[in-house]
Amino acid sequence: MSASTLRGQTFSVGYSLLFFGFLFGPLIIMTITAFNSSSFPRISPWECFTTEWFGVLVNDRRLMGGLVNSIIIGAGVVALSVPVGLAGALALAEIGPKLRSALYTVLITPILIPGVVLGISTIVFWGHIGRQLGFGYDSVFFNGMFLTIAGQVTFISAYAMLIFSARLQRFDPTLTEAALDLGATPGQAFRKIMLPFLRPAILSAAFLTLLASFENYNTTVFTILAQSTFTTALASKVRYGIDPSLSALAVIIIAVTLIGAMIQEAHTRRREAIVTGRASRSRLYGNPIGRFVAHPATIGLLLIALAAVAIWRGSLHDATVCKQEVIDEKRANQQRFLEEQQKRMKQNAPAPQPAQPGAPQGTKNPSPFGGAFGNVAPQSPDAAPPGPPPAQNPSPFGGAFQGLSPPKQ
Amino acid sequence: MTKDVALDHVTIRFGSHTAVDNALLTIQGGEFFSFLGPSGCGKTTLLRCISGFIEPTEGRVLIGGNDMRRVGPNKRPTALIFQNLALFPLMSVAENIAFPLEVRGVGRKERRRRADELLDLIALPGVGDKKVYELSGGQRQRVAIARALAVEPDILLLDEPLSALDLKLRHHMRTELRSIQKRVGLTFIYITHDQGEALTMSDRVAVMSAGVVQQIDVPEVIYDRPRTAFVASFVGETNAISGKVASQSGGDVVVDTPIGMLPGRASGGRSYAPGDIVTLFIRPEQLAVGEAANAPSISCTVVKEEFEGSVRNLFLEDKGIPLRLSRVNSGSEGAPLVPGQVVKASYNPEKAWALPATPEA
Ligand SMILES: Nc1ncnc2c1ncn2[C@@H]1O[C@H](COP(=O)(O)OP(=O)(O)O)[C@@H](O)[C@H]1O
Ligand SMILES: [Mg+2]
Repeated sequence: MSASTLRGQTFSVGYSLLFFGFLFGPLIIMTITAFNSSSFPRISPWECFTTEWFGVLVNDRRLMGGLVNSIIIGAGVVALSVPVGLAGALALAEIGPKLRSALYTVLITPILIPGVVLGISTIVFWGHIGRQLGFGYDSVFFNGMFLTIAGQVTFISAYAMLIFSARLQRFDPTLTEAALDLGATPGQAFRKIMLPFLRPAILSAAFLTLLASFENYNTTVFTILAQSTFTTALASKVRYGIDPSLSALAVIIIAVTLIGAMIQEAHTRRREAIVTGRASRSRLYGNPIGRFVAHPATIGLLLIALAAVAIWRGSLHDATVCKQEVIDEKRANQQRFLEEQQKRMKQNAPAPQPAQPGAPQGTKNPSPFGGAFGNVAPQSPDAAPPGPPPAQNPSPFGGAFQGLSPPKQ
Repeated sequence: MTKDVALDHVTIRFGSHTAVDNALLTIQGGEFFSFLGPSGCGKTTLLRCISGFIEPTEGRVLIGGNDMRRVGPNKRPTALIFQNLALFPLMSVAENIAFPLEVRGVGRKERRRRADELLDLIALPGVGDKKVYELSGGQRQRVAIARALAVEPDILLLDEPLSALDLKLRHHMRTELRSIQKRVGLTFIYITHDQGEALTMSDRVAVMSAGVVQQIDVPEVIYDRPRTAFVASFVGETNAISGKVASQSGGDVVVDTPIGMLPGRASGGRSYAPGDIVTLFIRPEQLAVGEAANAPSISCTVVKEEFEGSVRNLFLEDKGIPLRLSRVNSGSEGAPLVPGQVVKASYNPEKAWALPATPEA
């Protein structure tokens, strides 16, 4: 092999590593921080392996309430936008070419309109209707859940429509004609021929609309009014300060995604092997054991069982001993610092002003991540040694300093 | 049960385009009837009109004497076999065949029994559980027929069903289709652009051009006694020599052509005035090398001779007018002809047709 191709290979391998690092680095680091007992999400210094952040996450009332709301809204949005999208796609397929482009523009517009505009106009529109009909503020027209479903459906059904349109373009209309010719009523032709053909599109539309509803912020933040969804709760939580329970959340989402992707992959591979007829010849699908093992249901059950074991083991894990050691060590460090500083102050006597222990350092810190990454060392020689934080930490990043201070009580 | 199909002055227009122009014909019950015409002449349109997907712009379609206006395709006693077969790809072969029974509420067991019966009928026993894509082209063809037969239609409509098959299979399926039709005794309405198919299978053939039915008759008559220039040139090979009518007495005409005064017949009892512009059509197999008693002959130059298995095609030329002559390759036709050689070609004037040069609209 010549030197130049070797260099090229090194380059491409290096580039790929960089690329994947860029893609997955944040996810990997976030995953690790979910298991560090440090109260700010970070890898170093590594304190203790812990699963407590999952507990913190699950016990977050606002977030869990939002999750329930999100699930209800998601179900409502799927239930509405899939049929609406399907109807739109069917109308597009049936209509004459001139009207088609006009209708297409109308149906696609909600995607192009900014989410905030949709959110505000949803409130205004339904509020107006509610008032016109003489309903009060406790009626459905002023209910955050209803408004969010209504607002999201306006543009999410257009996503569903695009999926159905793409699938319908590959539909052979003579199949419907054949069904009619063979004696089926139009309804039977639709149910027995068109719907089975659309089944994969219905599944992906349901999945995509659920995701789109779940992760929507722009519209929802207006339409949800006083309530909150998972996304809006998460956003406000971040505003009040982050802790590794968010990393724990990320770990859960990544795990769910991975499990879903693996089941999907197993499903498509099996499907392909069957359709192309390679199934009987392949080593995996050729024998009954392989067929059983590679079945998506087996793989799904296996992965879910693995996850369950991980959760069970995780819930048993107790990091208190390790954390106590870390705290003791920190306290010792602090003690040493204090002594060193006192020694220095004596040398530099007379000290202009004695340090004020117990001052809430977070409010003074100019950096938004105030000291999150500097741990034990004071920032300047004359800075006050960190004292115990006030009971109610006013700083959005206040939690970040808890590791520095002696434990309360 | 078989039923007549009558097209009563059926005209079908798409905007300003007339796809079918004033079709008037009756197809007898139990007949194998073909529409033959080039691509785009309106055959599919006519078939879709009979099966109920298109309403005629003018005129009526009658099946068994009943006007079919506003009777949907699912209510007509017809079954259409689509050009692309339109088998349901997500269903097994048996499910495909039993679909008409399923939509009529027939129970699962009975459906399966009927499907197996029909698979026996089309000589494909045991493929019921296969998927459609596992079958070969010819097998799919037969499955489509079985599915249509499951409707127990009175009339089976077939839209160029063999055009997607390779040559061998196409020839095999001709016989197959004909024998299925004999067995089930239904009216078959078959459309094709392939004259071989139309002539071999049909009881009667309707030749169409640009939406107009040109001639309806049994295959022999269509071939031997074409009534329009279009039929003469579209069905089979022919030599077309244009000229003017010199004289007519009864059915016999003499045409004044650049290569001489040639006698022929006036088709369909037409009478011409001297000077009318006509085309004389002589089939290649009606031309023979050499002179014969009481037969007109043309003296021409040999251009080339082509060997085509069962026949030899001799290409001749006289005053710029090409002539083609086929002779059966029996081994008794004597010394091969060389290009440039001058020969006499004679023909039977009873089988030469003088037809109006422009196709009658
Ligand atoms: N739905 C339609 N709209 C407009 N024109 C059509 C339609 N269907 C067929 N045509 C026209 O009618 C003519 C006959 O078509 P068709 O019946 O499909 O011909 P064939 O089957 O003989 O090839 C063609 O010129 C075609 O373009
Ligand atoms: Mg056609």
